[in-house]
Amino acid sequence: MCCAGCQAVARTIAAAGFESYYQTRSASGPTPQTLPPAAVYDDPLAQRQFVATAGEHVREVSLILDRIRCAACLWLNEQWLRRLPGVTRVDINYATHRAQLAWDERRTKLSEILEAVRAIGYDAWPYDPRRQDEVRRRERRGALLRLFVAGFGAAQAMMYAFPAYLDDGSGTLTAANEQLMRWAGLILTLPVLLVSCRPFFAAAWQDLRRRTVSLDTPIALGIAAGFAASTWATFTGRGEVYFDSIAMLVFLLLGARYLETAARQRAARELDHLARWMPSFAQRLRGPDDPAGERVAAHALAPGELALIAPGERVPADGVVERGASSADESLLTGESRPVAKAPGAALVGGSVNLEQPLVMRVTRAGAETQAAAIARLVERAAAARPKLVEGADRLARHLTLVVLAAAAGAFLWWLAAAPARAPWVAVAVLVVTCPCALALAAPIVLTRANARLLARGLALTRSRAIEALARASDVVLDKTGTLTLGRFALARTATFGALDAAACRTLARSLEGASRHPIARAFGEGPVLRVADARNYPGHGVESVADRGRVRLGTAAFCRELARSAPPPAGAGPAHTTVYLADATGWLAAFLLEDELRPDAVELVAALMARGFALHLVSGDEPAVVEALARRLGIEAFAGGASPQDKYAYCERLQRTGRVVAMIGDGLNDAPVLARADVSVALAAGADAAQAQADLVLLGEQAQARLLVIDEAFAVARRAMRVIRQNFAWALAYNVVALPLAAAGVVGPWEAALGMAASSFIVVLNAMRPLAPKAPWKASTYSSRSRSFSYS
Amino acid sequence: MESLYILIPLSVVFVFVIGWVFWRALESGQFDDLDRPAHDILADDDRPPEDGA
Repeated sequence: MCCAGCQAVARTIAAAGFESYYQTRSASGPTPQTLPPAAVYDDPLAQRQFVATAGEHVREVSLILDRIRCAACLWLNEQWLRRLPGVTRVDINYATHRAQLAWDERRTKLSEILEAVRAIGYDAWPYDPRRQDEVRRRERRGALLRLFVAGFGAAQAMMYAFPAYLDDGSGTLTAANEQLMRWAGLILTLPVLLVSCRPFFAAAWQDLRRRTVSLDTPIALGIAAGFAASTWATFTGRGEVYFDSIAMLVFLLLGARYLETAARQRAARELDHLARWMPSFAQRLRGPDDPAGERVAAHALAPGELALIAPGERVPADGVVERGASSADESLLTGESRPVAKAPGAALVGGSVNLEQPLVMRVTRAGAETQAAAIARLVERAAAARPKLVEGADRLARHLTLVVLAAAAGAFLWWLAAAPARAPWVAVAVLVVTCPCALALAAPIVLTRANARLLARGLALTRSRAIEALARASDVVLDKTGTLTLGRFALARTATFGALDAAACRTLARSLEGASRHPIARAFGEGPVLRVADARNYPGHGVESVADRGRVRLGTAAFCRELARSAPPPAGAGPAHTTVYLADATGWLAAFLLEDELRPDAVELVAALMARGFALHLVSGDEPAVVEALARRLGIEAFAGGASPQDKYAYCERLQRTGRVVAMIGDGLNDAPVLARADVSVALAAGADAAQAQADLVLLGEQAQARLLVIDEAFAVARRAMRVIRQNFAWALAYNVVALPLAAAGVVGPWEAALGMAASSFIVVLNAMRPLAPKAPWKASTYSSRSRSFSYS
Repeated sequence: MESLYILIPLSVVFVFVIGWVFWRALESGQFDDLDRPAHDILADDDRPPEDGA
């Protein structure tokens, strides 16, 4: 039972005495069909990639679990897998949705285990954990250990420093006791230095060898100098010790870094989803007459080769249908969940699922060349690239580092002359108090989080500069067809001219269009069809068939006129309509007034963008009258119809010349020049074409559903992200400008310096971790479960 | 105050022992999944295992 809903249904069925339904039903649920058969994972070739041998008959594998909705699902999976015969060990990581599984190969097979997971409505597939997970786990463990040692060491060192702070010179703290405390502090700080500070020292050492400075240089220098001076004071018994300050500084710095790493890793996990669109294997045919072919790795396919795709399998590469007729589920790429019919000549997108009949495809692009791989690459590239903003901050931080090193040296020399005993401590304070790392941290975390957040909502960022530009945009230029409208026609009105009534005309039209894949065909909806013969398609004009009543044509006025041999009667078309006529040899039958269907959320998007204060423009290549009608309907005041791509480009350029920052929202293919021209662009490329979209952001998936508002959300997220970044910069700069002179003047001691700098980076990181999206509504479930537990206690 | 000469070294030793214990726990994977224990307490299976299961 996957949820309360299914349980209720099952109970109802059982209560009514219909249990036999469960014995006799031949298919259980819709899920298994769209998945590749699990049996491919029994293939030794596949096993070599994923499965490890952990004993004579014991095999181990790492699984990614999908369709997980909450922790209860994970629990269910774990219990279920544990009860399978032959499974010896199951460990599910609740945070990453990964499972470690060991089984006895004599008693069960990997495919049976995978099928078992599918049987309860989830999905699992093996993956190769050695690649990233091991690295990530090592990093995580190392970071935790360093953090713990620093935190624990800092707390303990503070205990032994405390008496010295409280000592009022009354003799309560004897010199021998104080010396004891100092030795204890030294011993406790030693592991902090040796374990926790390794990243700082390693980075500083690298810099030294490359003769550069980085943010770690002053930190390493400060820590080393502070520790050396304190150790010297401990051995000689003269001067101050600051072991507690050093340990605390390290702890706070590492804490900030830990948060940063966690934020980055979470974002990186989002990208994993893109990588698994492609199947691992393909059935390659050696020639057109080869019935079964051979199993090869999907990336081993070469363009021009033939591959067989069984029903339920994923298409292993991009290509065209060579033989067979079926339909494909391209929802992973396009978001369109309705199957797309595939006949010989139709394009197949790698990663989509063949649903009905076996297909033979001719490969055009395989492996890394496929569109799915290209999209994944785009997103990864954007995630890895450093936006100008971050680069600028880094440069600034580097310069500040040099200033700090110079200031520390200057302060040291000056104090050496004035008060030699204080000179080293002032230098340490200067090194430690400045916080160039706040500058360096200010932007990247926020940008990474914004990126991950948008990707989770189906908006892939392909250029790293996009967030900044989104936040600055003042004007939004919208395309019409395929952007505000679906590029799909809906029947607005049927005008009949006598011989048949409206319903009969629609049935006839549906039957004629039934054979064609024209976008207009959808306008006539679902319903009964008549038998027609000898269907012929005249591209750009219409279709012709022979029905019961003889030859019938559906198409433009001129095309139908050849058959009806008279002028078309007035149909009463408005400016926003496209008219299609139906006629037979006896005369005109009907006129269909078609409207390009508005996206269900286009009105909301326009309203939301207006509420944000954007100036909106509707620029389209469509008939000016149609564009005007739509603009009036949506309340957009600036519009231009009949615009060629060059006109759109010029329109955008004109806006920019008046100082406006233009965000362009288009369909990604026909608008490529203007998308590139705009300061930032969003493409609604229907998935399959997303890779070619010359846009900064690509809206993946859900072509037909209410997803446009994600764009509005992107503006909100970008603005908020930029605001946080500005706050961080302002804070980091202000802090450093104030702190540096204070430390150089000897007003701020080392421990105050350490506290100040750690607090500064903490503030920056915590500010960066603030939610980027408007607050989610209070979760009722959390509230009720808590109140219930109170009443029990 | 002489007791300090025992207590302070002792406490330093304790710190190292605790550090070692933490390191062991870390290496045994105790901190790899911090989300799970919170759910385990809810998804507690108290029933005795069925025979042959």
